Amino acid sequence: MSSMSEEGKPVRRPRTPRETQELVERSLRRRYGAERRFRAYGLCAVILGIAFVAFLFATILAQGVSVFRQAYVQLDVFYDPEVIDPSGTRREDDLRLADYEALVRTALRAEFPGIEGRRDVRQLTRLVSSGAAHELQRRVLANPGLVGQRERVWLLASADVDLLLKGEIARDEIGEEGRLSEEQLAWIDTLRERGRLELRFNRTFFVNGDSREPEQAGVRGAVMGSFFTLLLTLILSFPIGVAAAVYLEEFAPRNRWTDLIEVNINNLAAVPSIVFGLLGLAVFIGFFGLPRSAPLVGALVLTLLTLPTIIIAARAALKAVPPSIRDAALAMGASPIQTVVHHVLPLAMPGILTGTIIGMARALGETAPLLMIGMVAFIVDVPSGFTDPATALPVQIFLWSDSPERGFVERTSGAIIVLLAFLIVMNTAAVLLRRRFERRW
Amino acid sequence: MTPAALLVALVALSFVAYLTGRARSLAVVGGSRRIHDLHSLPAHYGMLTALSCALPALAVLGLWLAFQDSIIAGLVAAQLPERLRNLPPELLGLVMNDVRNVVAGSVPAESAEPEIRAAAAEYVRLQGIGRAMLTAIVLAVGIAGLLVARSRISPQLRARNAVERIVQGLLIACSLVAVLTTIGIILSVLFEAMRFFARVPWYEFLFGLTWSPQTAIRADQVGASGAFGAVPLFVGTGLIAAIAMLVAVPVGLFSAIYLAEYAHPRFRAWAKPVLEVLAGVPTVVYGFFAAITVGPFLRTWGEAIGLDVSSESALAAGLVMGVMIIPFVSSLADDMITAVPQSLRDGAYALGATKSEAIRQVVLPAALPGIVGGTLLAISRAIGETMIVVMAAGLAANLTLNPFEAVTTVTVQIVTLLVGDQEFDSPKTLAAFALGLVLFVTTLALNVLALHIVRKYREQYE
Repeated sequence: MSSMSEEGKPVRRPRTPRETQELVERSLRRRYGAERRFRAYGLCAVILGIAFVAFLFATILAQGVSVFRQAYVQLDVFYDPEVIDPSGTRREDDLRLADYEALVRTALRAEFPGIEGRRDVRQLTRLVSSGAAHELQRRVLANPGLVGQRERVWLLASADVDLLLKGEIARDEIGEEGRLSEEQLAWIDTLRERGRLELRFNRTFFVNGDSREPEQAGVRGAVMGSFFTLLLTLILSFPIGVAAAVYLEEFAPRNRWTDLIEVNINNLAAVPSIVFGLLGLAVFIGFFGLPRSAPLVGALVLTLLTLPTIIIAARAALKAVPPSIRDAALAMGASPIQTVVHHVLPLAMPGILTGTIIGMARALGETAPLLMIGMVAFIVDVPSGFTDPATALPVQIFLWSDSPERGFVERTSGAIIVLLAFLIVMNTAAVLLRRRFERRW
Repeated sequence: MTPAALLVALVALSFVAYLTGRARSLAVVGGSRRIHDLHSLPAHYGMLTALSCALPALAVLGLWLAFQDSIIAGLVAAQLPERLRNLPPELLGLVMNDVRNVVAGSVPAESAEPEIRAAAAEYVRLQGIGRAMLTAIVLAVGIAGLLVARSRISPQLRARNAVERIVQGLLIACSLVAVLTTIGIILSVLFEAMRFFARVPWYEFLFGLTWSPQTAIRADQVGASGAFGAVPLFVGTGLIAAIAMLVAVPVGLFSAIYLAEYAHPRFRAWAKPVLEVLAGVPTVVYGFFAAITVGPFLRTWGEAIGLDVSSESALAAGLVMGVMIIPFVSSLADDMITAVPQSLRDGAYALGATKSEAIRQVVLPAALPGIVGGTLLAISRAIGETMIVVMAAGLAANLTLNPFEAVTTVTVQIVTLLVGDQEFDSPKTLAAFALGLVLFVTTLALNVLALHIVRKYREQYE
């Protein structure tokens, strides 16, 4: 202790007891001050860390929560047979190709009878998303009897209207390229007064795939892509991981080979994920010729990525099973494999499952390796299998965050909320599993 | 049958094999009453039959699927007209890509040249034949395995031992996947990097000061013009990692000390998981946070005090990365601090040390190797982190140590070089693998060093 060694130096005159006491008290004051400061630094660090967590979640929530509401316009649509089906055949192909945008246009003009002139009409139709026509098409195809009928439907408003209603763009930001004009603002106000324009629950965000238009973009495609990828990852990595852990923990002789495997696994756990992406690109796509952008390749890469996590967790769980269990089984005449399969594995299973869920949660949030194997394309269709082109939820977040349109900031945060919700569910499941089944021997 | 359907059929077949083997073993000894004459349980005979049905068939299926595409492509290429067949390999690859696109239906057949269309038709025909052959062969192998195993069932057959040997073999195979992964990483990265170094000398790559892979535009200029000096990337990576460590090490270390030594157990019980939430948040979320919130914030803040801060500054990426790494440092340090025996602390208190003196002069030195190891692991993570820097750091390869400027990193360049349209075989694409090699070797060295230090330390108290 440096502070004490100074005082410990020999002095010319012996100190009086009073001086000594003062000296000690002074040094004590200093030392207690240092103690308090040290403790305060520690507390600050913890509080800083917790503040980061709070700030991160608060920012994402504040930016993204509005995505669950979306501006819709209510219109009286007349499914004019002249427009949809002039030949009167009601064939699906004809109905599919009809000009539904004309229906939207007519309905809007009926709402504002005074509007004439191409420019004004075009401005008026810009209030409604181009997805509105798709919605009408979907309705007619689902129910061809609608042709010739009148229906009051809520249709997607355009992204700018949506942002205005949410207060994301101010009213005075008019005249700018792509923003709202004076006339449009007046129409919006009229529609709102008539109760024809409001924020409603945003179903589109959950049922649509990706889109270039922010108001039509949804997370369904990405969620399904992530689902297929993770499902296959689980199918592959769980058995392989458990088998590897069982071998290393229960059967492997201690020699140079098994040491090598162990060191290997520990190192793999710390290899940057992007390197696994390079491996996937070179081996699975380059050498074996598997399709790009497919959940199949994504799953193979994520399997290799999560294997070390699962193996390490499973080994820890197996190690926690006391040797007495094994001894008892062996004494009853069970073979080593029977001992493991019948007794050790079931007891270690909660721990193994916890580790697997945590590994899967990490795989769900992994982005970089998926970029390498091309799961980063713009894909509108919702994938329906392991070899369809797909993207994954975190990659979708990356793609949207790169989009210049302002509406995508909110979509990105919304997708992050969805991703975090999945992660929270998975991690909670892992914690509950551990609490429920944890055994202390 | 499609491979998936074949797989299902194979599972069904091996279930049948299981039942057959079990029934056969009982029949051999004459009913379940004489079951004691059997060496193993009937289920073991069933398992053996099922395994000898499924394993060879699965092996055939796997090998076939792995090589079918390249074999068919080779056959189709051999039948291409003279004009196309004698093209140089890269162009031939492009032609085969066209053929594959037509086959996959992503390019309408009408728009393709007649030769390509013919080749695509041939491709589809061969695929059909291949699939039929595959189905026949796999099912034949499966059934043969079933029958052979069934015929060998006798009371003396040590079915359990055989099954256990096979199972153990499978276990070993599974544990070798990790080794194969490492070998795969090394080979794939090394192989492509070698091809890169054949065009760009390695010393130019490692010590060159300019990085502008985009300049190689025309095919005949390749290698001559693009500058592949990676030093700016290494400096940028180091700068961002250093900023991250400046955030993560003090905060992580102090919070570990506080939580391990001072905090009330109840506070620790909820504060520690909350801090670890930071490790569970996907990096893409941090990237978004850095790009949308921290970057612009630093920019306006810098303007307010008269500093010119780029909106893609190294500082923003580094700070956010540091936050991400806090839990790695803190949980490792926490482990190391709690592993220091209480007797060392008691000794320090007995000499009159205050708590902080005991921590600073006894506990921390004792835990130092572990903390250093943890910090090295954290550095390796900072170097390999991709999404935060891809989203928040820039693309411009500036050779600078100014944290307010935009820099680029190794991982950012790997992503930029490989995402999107890539010309195959160009030095641009291969450069990504060379960068990957550097990244892999660096992080591997850091990990080995860290694990070595941690392990050496651990032995002291055991």
